Amino acid sequence: MTTSETGKKRRGWSWWYLLFGIQFAVALWPPFYNKFEPTLFGIPFFYWFQLLWVLVSALLTAVVYFATDH
Amino acid sequence: MSDVNWIALGIFAVIFGLITWLGFAAARWRRGDLDQLHEWGLGGRRFGTLITWFLVGGDVYTAYTFIAVPALAFGAGAVAFFAVPYTVIIYPLLFLVFRRLWHVCHRHGYITAGDFVRGRFGNRWLALAITLTGIVATMPYIALQLVGIQVVIGALGVSGSGLAGDLPLILAFVVLAAFTYSSGLRAPASIAVVKDVLIYITALAAVIVIPVELGGFDKIFAAVPAKKLLLAVPGPGTTGSYSAYATLALGSAFALFLYPHSLTGILSASSGRAIRRNAAMLPGYSFMLGLLALLGFFVIAAGVDKLPEYAAGFKQFGNNFAVPALLLHSFPSWFVGIAFAAIGIGALVPAAIMSIAAANLYSRNIHREFINPNPTDRQEARIAKIASLMVKAGALVFILFVPTQYAIQLQLLGGIWIIQTLPAVMLGAYTRWFNSWALLAGWAAGTYAGTAMAVASKLTPTFALVIGAHTFPGYTAVYTVMLNLAIAIVLTPAFNALGGRGGAADRTAASDYHE
Repeated sequence: MTTSETGKKRRGWSWWYLLFGIQFAVALWPPFYNKFEPTLFGIPFFYWFQLLWVLVSALLTAVVYFATDH
Repeated sequence: MSDVNWIALGIFAVIFGLITWLGFAAARWRRGDLDQLHEWGLGGRRFGTLITWFLVGGDVYTAYTFIAVPALAFGAGAVAFFAVPYTVIIYPLLFLVFRRLWHVCHRHGYITAGDFVRGRFGNRWLALAITLTGIVATMPYIALQLVGIQVVIGALGVSGSGLAGDLPLILAFVVLAAFTYSSGLRAPASIAVVKDVLIYITALAAVIVIPVELGGFDKIFAAVPAKKLLLAVPGPGTTGSYSAYATLALGSAFALFLYPHSLTGILSASSGRAIRRNAAMLPGYSFMLGLLALLGFFVIAAGVDKLPEYAAGFKQFGNNFAVPALLLHSFPSWFVGIAFAAIGIGALVPAAIMSIAAANLYSRNIHREFINPNPTDRQEARIAKIASLMVKAGALVFILFVPTQYAIQLQLLGGIWIIQTLPAVMLGAYTRWFNSWALLAGWAAGTYAGTAMAVASKLTPTFALVIGAHTFPGYTAVYTVMLNLAIAIVLTPAFNALGGRGGAADRTAASDYHE
């Protein structure tokens, strides 16, 4: 704590990280996806939406990676 | 389980033989001096993006997961799908928090969470608490991996009473112990590649072939009882299944990378960049896990649990037999052999990493800290190798002589215990504001309260928190880590006022936490 945290430029925050917040908010709000309809190939919304959300989240994380990788 | 399935067993044995050879040959892969702990226990921190993907994937998505999650879907329905939001939110944490930990550990040569906490907070007793929590939480996890092997061996028709019945499991364990001892982390890293390819083939085949056999997803979901299809909508005065589902996902996610074996996988990566890339690539496994969870419904639709030929298996292994029975029912023997080998090897990879992680903790944070403070590199690596044998022997004895239910319950408690290291490890990656004794007090309170609440709710994961007229059912780990954190925050200024900062100076600098 002595010399380190004062002199250095504070790296760490990027507005791109808000994309992580979207991933959290949707994944952790069951009322949003706890529905049967609409089904996709006969799979209830509850299941296919959460699977889709895995892919969307991966994509958002990739966006953050490319946006913040210097 | 009357007859041995010889074709499946033969293919299973051949693949097992292959990975045994691979495990030993791995000692020469990216060769390093295995008499140094970071070479044996972290693979020399040499794994790039792709190997890290296989290693962490094989580490986190264990064989037990592939058996237990569909088993939960089969038994309890929609709630099993919490594994999907859970594995969505672990990756932002990996990207943000654990990347910082990778950098600081790389810079200072730390190989465990205990090393980091010791360096950051300078308090050996806090480091000891983190270390013991890690070891104790890992042990039942290893035991559960052996359960995964036990189930597939049973499903192959190999049975018997006493020692003869346990012989295949003991054999698998001896192989595991031997190649871990000789090759260290390189063994599970190389085997993980084979295992994951087999698992992906199995998962894809299962979610394509079985729905076709059963007449499509419409028919499958029509066969599932309505109350299993969706989460129950909460009644008045309670957040019901919604808060349970969300907190299970949240708490499991925050606990995951605190487990020693997860951290070992992360720290073995060669760069912070490899970690960040994997945060976007590892969800491939989450997607597969979600698909596999649906197998629980396939079991219901196929009525496998009602067929007389699988009755003995369900009787012996309970719902954990659901996936093996479904595979036996749906596929020719040769493919069953491949699929079961995938599950069996899927148990060996995490079991090896877990035992290495526990061994690293013992040799660094207990033996070196409290018994022999100045070991040579060779001595330190040797202690770790012996510790890894002890850990695995303990897990084997546990599985052979203690009912499986106890391992499952202890693993449940393990999740509640390991999350109590969150303030010191994850918040410690950002700040040293906390007084180390306050962190220790928070850890003790969280561990005690978590254990008591779990016992009060009959060793189920959720606790019904009542505030006024409202009930909030939620994952005990989430409630107790909040208590832990509150105590650490309140006591920090109090302890600082009483007697200085507590512990030696911070050995890390702010610039150590990023590139």
